[in-house]
Amino acid sequence: MESLFIEHEHITWHLACEVQDIPVDGGACVLVEGRQVAIYNFARRGEWYATDNECPHRQQMALSRGMIGSQNDEPKVACPFHKKTFSLRSGKCLNDDSYQIATYPVTVKDGYVYLGMD
Amino acid sequence: MNTNTNRQVVVIGNGMVGYKFCEKLVAKQKNERRFALTVFGEEPRVAYDRVHLSAYFDGKTADDLTLAPQEWYAENDITLYLTDPVVDIDRERKEVRSHHGVVVPYDYLILATGSGAFVPAVAGVEKDGVFVYRTIEDLELIQSYARQTRNGPARRGAILGGGLLGLEAAKALLDLGMEETHVVEFAPRLMPRQIDEAGSGVLQRQLESLGLTIHLSKSTQEITGDDVITGMQFADGSHVDVDMLIISAGIRPRDELAKSAGLDTHPRGGILVDNFLQTSDPAIFAVGECAVAHHMIYGLVAPGYEMAEVVAARLMGEEKEFRPYDMSTKLKLIGTDVGSFGDPFAAEPACRTIVYENKAKGVYKRINVSADGKELLGGILVGDAEQYNMLLQTCKNRTILPPDPEDLILGSRGGEGAGTGATAGGVMGLPDDALICSCEAVTKVQLCQQIADNGHNTIDALKKSTKACTGCGGCTPMVKDLIQAVMKQQGLYVRNVICEHLEYSRQELIDLVKINSLKTYSDVLDALGKGDGCEVCKPAVASVLASLWNENILENGHATIQDSNDRFLANLQKGGTYSVVPRIPGGEITPDKLIVIGQVAKKYGLYTKITGGQRIDLFGAHVGDLPQIWEELITAGFESGHAYGKSLRTVKSCVGSTWCRYGVQDSVSFAVEVEERYKGIRSPHKLKSGVSGCIRECAEAQSKDFGIIATEKGWNLYVGGNGGSKPQHAQLLAADVDKETCIRLIDRFLMFYIKTADPLARTATWLTKMEGGIKYLKAVIVDDVLGIAADLERDMQRLVDTFKCEWKEVVDNPELRKRFTHFVNVPDQKDPSIQFESLRGQKRAKEWA
Ligand code: SRM
Ligand SMILES: Cc1cc2nc3c(=O)[nH]c(=O)nc-3n(C[C@H](O)[C@H](O)[C@H](O)COP(=O)(O)OP(=O)(O)OC[C@H]3O[C@@H](n4cnc5c(N)ncnc54)[C@H](O)[C@@H]3O)c2cc1C
Ligand code: SF4
Ligand code: FES
Repeated sequence: MESLFIEHEHITWHLACEVQDIPVDGGACVLVEGRQVAIYNFARRGEWYATDNECPHRQQMALSRGMIGSQNDEPKVACPFHKKTFSLRSGKCLNDDSYQIATYPVTVKDGYVYLGMD
Repeated sequence: MNTNTNRQVVVIGNGMVGYKFCEKLVAKQKNERRFALTVFGEEPRVAYDRVHLSAYFDGKTADDLTLAPQEWYAENDITLYLTDPVVDIDRERKEVRSHHGVVVPYDYLILATGSGAFVPAVAGVEKDGVFVYRTIEDLELIQSYARQTRNGPARRGAILGGGLLGLEAAKALLDLGMEETHVVEFAPRLMPRQIDEAGSGVLQRQLESLGLTIHLSKSTQEITGDDVITGMQFADGSHVDVDMLIISAGIRPRDELAKSAGLDTHPRGGILVDNFLQTSDPAIFAVGECAVAHHMIYGLVAPGYEMAEVVAARLMGEEKEFRPYDMSTKLKLIGTDVGSFGDPFAAEPACRTIVYENKAKGVYKRINVSADGKELLGGILVGDAEQYNMLLQTCKNRTILPPDPEDLILGSRGGEGAGTGATAGGVMGLPDDALICSCEAVTKVQLCQQIADNGHNTIDALKKSTKACTGCGGCTPMVKDLIQAVMKQQGLYVRNVICEHLEYSRQELIDLVKINSLKTYSDVLDALGKGDGCEVCKPAVASVLASLWNENILENGHATIQDSNDRFLANLQKGGTYSVVPRIPGGEITPDKLIVIGQVAKKYGLYTKITGGQRIDLFGAHVGDLPQIWEELITAGFESGHAYGKSLRTVKSCVGSTWCRYGVQDSVSFAVEVEERYKGIRSPHKLKSGVSGCIRECAEAQSKDFGIIATEKGWNLYVGGNGGSKPQHAQLLAADVDKETCIRLIDRFLMFYIKTADPLARTATWLTKMEGGIKYLKAVIVDDVLGIAADLERDMQRLVDTFKCEWKEVVDNPELRKRFTHFVNVPDQKDPSIQFESLRGQKRAKEWA
């Protein structure tokens, strides 16, 4: 996980929450630097992801409450409102090209979750 | 740039038909590039789906509507000029010149300039607030004007023209929130080109119930107002005040360019073409809505696509000609079905006309049958167009009619549950060359081949291989029937699998999960599936696990596989708050409990409303307040109402013999008993019930999944009813049974449904699809022909015995309570983005941005 992001130069890591705050194979929302970020513990894949909490479709602060899963191996989250789904890797909307969300690097150390934001 | 081998084809107009022509030509010359294509479009964007233009108001974006992205043109070496109309055709030199001065020579020129809205010469049409409905830009203007006229948002709108497009535009105005929407039609009836007077009468009443005001036989004299529209003045002296107007009085073919180039045009507009779509200049073709073929303008996309096919084929040296084309149509979205096919107006004595009208239901059906009774010539459907596709096919293929042609619109009245079977058999009864998808000209045999030989047995696969269902979408139900029928014919088991991760039907899944004692979603996926799951299989498995093991849905890793409503044991609302619905069995409640609801609502600032299910909904709760709110309600003796779950909602009661002078049994007590028994049980979809104290049926039991009506001798049990958008009456399962028998039968019925239905199929849908229908169901449930009744009863009793109020469990469990927070790192802070507006002394959710 970490090595993926090491080459980004301007990443500052922010303490987001404890590992146990995020449900296994699900997401929860944290407030970091005034921003609402959804963090997902994709335990089934052994991966952590973070995205905007806001769904761009109707500007709802809801993605952290969506179900996660995969589509042809692409990890994704489905917005609970109208089921737009977004790639957790790229933030691209998988069922509507006109939407895109931001994704953030995540790292986990000693029971804490850190978010990379510039 | 031009090689000599490549002949130049220039297309003027990048609309639906112009695009289709390019697509067809590209496909046909896949192997050898004979033509170089250049396209000029006047609009600022690439061709889009004008047929579904109104979807723009439902949140579809311009990109959603695009037919092919700009890259597609580049990939296929098509030179595309947008926002650059052609202004001159030099037929001598064989070249065109655009507004921006681009000059391109051509060997063949294709005119696909479409049409514009016809704007009648009424005084005042130039005023602000008057629009047409043709392009995305038109819709953008309409939307922003409706939001903000000089005097605030527009409240009253009007449509000039009550035809197909006018009614579509009227729906758009309704959706934009107009308080009044007027439809003004010059003719004495609505949709004058498609339906007759009687049909128009029925349609008018339906539209009025949607909130439209219809004015017929009205001639508009003037659009009033200074420079901004304020009203419409009619020739008969009457007047309406409006803030905006959409003109939809017909189309005017864009033939101006052709005219100035000296091509023959029709005196009433349109470029004249022959059966090969050739204009008076053999190097120039015209296709789509700008062309007059067989003496008419075809204002629909399917004939336009056929024209594109004919020209592309002829350029490639194939023999093809354009024949008179069927103008059958179906209205898409006004909220009531309207269909018109073949010759809708054919009249006696040339034919026999059969009419069915049901004023109360708002249904009108007419079919015109040839004088010898053998063929269907055409017809009209208003209010219920379910048979549209079958009738259209019967008409187009000149299928020999059954001896009682009225069955076509009434359904065979021979036995129970016959209707759907007849349609399914019907598809296979069509001739091979029956055109199933008329937009893309795909025949039955083409589809059958793809399904049978290439295994393309999903709509998506067929969309890719045949393009069927990609146009107006009207053929999709028929294509689905075809897939089922072909697979069945091949002896293939039609598998209705859940998703890419779990290739089982729900029925198979429930058996496998039970046999293997799988208790969590991960167990299920590891044992039976692949991948990491998704929002389709997670809730489906959650429902199966709950129906089998009845564990708390928030524990043991179950929480994150629940749909978001279940995950927070509350319904998620616009804006991100939740609703709270305590159970009020049978709708009966003490004054003290009512007071508690009022107190809780006040304390947490909740909007309260009596629901359609005889109970009270408290809206607008912050996720973090939910446990506290429920703690107070539970202390006062309430339980979860499961308004969020696919489980029992309410058992509606009427007051019955306790007070009512007609009541023959105590319906309230029975309703309370039934609700207490089945509360909390998870099922494929939600369950609703009702108990009426006599045949007057004040509890509407026959519209419920299972409904009970008191008789002098006992109770009648009805099953498989549904309200909602496709209402369906429940059917009688058992008559005059006592309470105990009634409960036993419901136990069996519900458990059989839970075990065999597809995810998210209500009992009505499940029963409609069941082979043998209610007869079979009776045999299984009442006569126990499968010998499973005892098992079903036992499984149900286990669920009843293990019921626990899940909200009580959360309230009592600190770990679970912690999950009810918006920010896990600042648990006490509420979501600052939630906003309310005030409304009649309460609050409401802020409108979507
Ligand atoms: C609150 C209520 C409207 C009201 O203010 O009266 C309501 C509100 C909702 N209904 Fe309903 N329905 C309500 C009575 C009905 C009724 C009338 C009835 O039950 O007598 C019907 C038609 C009868 C029927 O279901 O057969 C009804 C047919 C639907 C449907 C369509 C179901 C169908 O089979 O066609 C849906 C969509 C769905 O479930 O997939 C739906 C879905 C919804 C949802 C859950 C939509 C959602 O997912 O957010 C709404 C949740 C509101 C909320 O946030 O709490 N609601 N809904 C009613 C709650 C009754 C209750 O006490 O539990
Ligand atoms: C709201 C609405 C709903 C509809 N619903 C249905 C339906 O349900 N079913 C159905 O079958 N049909 C429906 N139609 C009709 C259908 O959209 C048309 O039949 C179809 O779009 C015709 O295609 P076309 O290419 O001929 O014309 P268009 O799609 O209008 O395309 C013509 C294009 O040519 C451009 N053009 C004109 N002159 C020039 C020039 N000199 N140089 C360059 N470009 C030029 C125009 O700007 C336009 O972009 C509907 C239409 C509307 C507006
Ligand atoms: S009908 Fe039901 S689902 Fe639709 S808006 Fe009303 S409450 Fe919501
Ligand atoms: S708000 Fe997310 S899909 Fe609509």
